[in-house]
Amino acid sequence: MVGKKKCVAMLLAGGQGSRLYALTQKRAKPAVEFGGKYRIIDFPLSNCTNSGIDTVGVLTQYEPLELNAYIGNGAPWDLDGMNSGAYVLPPYVKGKKGEWYAGTANAIYQNINFIDRYNPDYVLVLSGDQIYKMDYNDMLRVHQDNNADATIAVIEVPMKEASRFGIMNTDAEMRIVEFEEKPQNPKSNTASMGIYIFSWAKMRDYLIADANDETSEKDFGKNIIPKMLENGERMFAYLFEGCWRDVGTIDSLWEANMELLGENPALNLDDDDMRIYTRNYTNPAHFISDTGIVHNSIVSDGCVIEGEVEHCVLHDGVRIGKGTKIKDSIIMSNTIIGENCEINKAILDGDIRVWDNAVIGGQEGKITVLGSGTVVGKGATIEEGAMIAPDQKID
Amino acid sequence: MQRDVFGLIYAGEENLRLGELINKRNVAALPIAGRYRILDFVLSNMVNSNIRNIGIITKRNYQSLMDHLDSGKDWDLSRKRDGLFILPPYDTVENSAVHEGMLDSLAGAGAYLRKVPQEYCLYSASSLIYNATYNEMFRQHIERNADITILYCKRSAGSSRCVSNFSNLSMEMDENERVRNAHFCTSRDEPGLIGLECMLIKKDLLKYLLDNAVARNKHNLIQDVILENINRLHVYGYEYTGYVSKIDCVAGYYKANMDMLLPEVQKDLFYQSNSIYTKTKDEAPAKYGSQAEVHNSLIASGCKIEGKVEDSILFRGVYVAPGVTLKNCIVMQDSQIYENASLNKVILDKNVSIRPGSVLAGNEQYPFIIPKGAIA
Repeated sequence: MVGKKKCVAMLLAGGQGSRLYALTQKRAKPAVEFGGKYRIIDFPLSNCTNSGIDTVGVLTQYEPLELNAYIGNGAPWDLDGMNSGAYVLPPYVKGKKGEWYAGTANAIYQNINFIDRYNPDYVLVLSGDQIYKMDYNDMLRVHQDNNADATIAVIEVPMKEASRFGIMNTDAEMRIVEFEEKPQNPKSNTASMGIYIFSWAKMRDYLIADANDETSEKDFGKNIIPKMLENGERMFAYLFEGCWRDVGTIDSLWEANMELLGENPALNLDDDDMRIYTRNYTNPAHFISDTGIVHNSIVSDGCVIEGEVEHCVLHDGVRIGKGTKIKDSIIMSNTIIGENCEINKAILDGDIRVWDNAVIGGQEGKITVLGSGTVVGKGATIEEGAMIAPDQKID
Repeated sequence: MQRDVFGLIYAGEENLRLGELINKRNVAALPIAGRYRILDFVLSNMVNSNIRNIGIITKRNYQSLMDHLDSGKDWDLSRKRDGLFILPPYDTVENSAVHEGMLDSLAGAGAYLRKVPQEYCLYSASSLIYNATYNEMFRQHIERNADITILYCKRSAGSSRCVSNFSNLSMEMDENERVRNAHFCTSRDEPGLIGLECMLIKKDLLKYLLDNAVARNKHNLIQDVILENINRLHVYGYEYTGYVSKIDCVAGYYKANMDMLLPEVQKDLFYQSNSIYTKTKDEAPAKYGSQAEVHNSLIASGCKIEGKVEDSILFRGVYVAPGVTLKNCIVMQDSQIYENASLNKVILDKNVSIRPGSVLAGNEQYPFIIPKGAIA
């Protein structure tokens, strides 16, 4: 018998992230690198640790190998205590039948036994594709104060973009009165962040009912939330006022990275109270050679820079050769770039080898993306806006 | 294969020539190369040789070292079986508060020595910087049926390698690498075959030699145990050919850091198949401002650089304000250098603040040291 927990977090990390194309062809979206040394999943996991939530189920399904290895026993996020942990929960065979996670709600439904082990009062549902720092305790307190059945974190988005989101319309007490998925004429601009707290007993009933409903798409946003509203459950919105970035597309991933380069960025990675933890690799301090020039950039451990780097994010172990000029780009772990190359506004995934004199990207402002393991031959040119799948050879 | 070997690291080195740098820590805990402590090198070498039981003998001001080592997890030494053992000074009834030399400390580790299940001991001092494994040395030790195998390097006249202490052994060997004679170096750059304060010996033999020496009121491992028995025992050498330096004075510490700026040294130390491990910190990556101008420097994570940095080493979390010029400097963790300060050949210990506009300079033999936490 494990001890009772007040709150257990369930992190939905099974998404393919198909809009990140080459970056997620071989890995799940939460495993995509971000900000020089992190991966997207570091943010929700660190938030959990920083909020004192020490039991996290990570629901994986799509290309889970890299993600599973990355999470391990949860030690990098301090989630490896005696009565705590990060648990990777893939779909499994139950009795005679086994099935994939059919939707976000179904993924939690299939793990009711896991949650029941902890007999929690509350379950926090998180998604693994957002960059933000949040103390879930505040939200939990609001949930308790309201004696709520469900609390949904919302953020104010610009009115003209509100139709891209799930919009929560609330009364003066922040009680949700209406939920509209991508409304044409939104009534408010408070968008759901896909972060929910449920009172477990109530949620459990709804999950079981939903699983038995054959017409349901087994999704929180489409089925569970509307159903609960329809039944008049106590549902509240929790307004989050910090920095929150969805990094589900190439454009938004690039922008969220570039935003870190400004002075006093909205997302402060250097904050001792809300540290973002990550799996650290054994790399020495990075080295800028005599010929190296670095401006307005973020550079991680183990890099060796002999060329010119302007307005870039460089992950662990990147090498930039002499005479190479890189601008407005994101270069992920252990990618090696030879001499006299020119790279503009590109995202290069990890373990890429770019040989001398290659030209990647152009001046028109389109983002060029190279998948991991790609080899770019001597003097090769990759056109602006190209999307190169992983492990290609380009001459 | 190294399941038969345990490691014993002597981290009790006293060294007054390191001055203020070791006021509040021992030599083993001295920060080096942007993110390491000196001990990380020997400790990682042992771990990379698959040695899984390591005792560290401490003597003075070892708080800082214990903070760094913690449970040994970062070196993969927090294990159910074996692992990391810190051996603080140990007084016995017969031997209360006598710490006249290394032997007294080693004798204090008697309980650990009795307990370790491994048959062979790899003994090492803590203050040497190199990246190697001891596997081949062990193989040769067995093959030659040696009593003691000493790791050494060749130093030719005028060579800058191996900044050596006077207390290092210069050895004479026959064609089979058997040590026939040895003496202490008489100058810091004496050419010859120089011992690297690292030896392989059977545990029982080590205990016997130690007990014997202690019983005769001897205090020094090298003089009283090794030199004394050099012809009675089969003592062999094993040559290490890569980069090595010993940290035993301020100038040596300064030079060893500056060596890390040379690509060939970086390759020898950091880009081998075996890594050097250290305590992990979750610092954000380093950030460069629009006016940053950094050349030939090692920069650790968590740094914020808006000024000029040349031929320098910056540890984690250092801030360099706009208008600052740093040349040939070593700046330890979390130090802050404010606007328009200009520093040349200065070592800033941890958490130092340099006021705006300050101008400070030292030289290679006597770099200017600003002690931990100072505001200068």
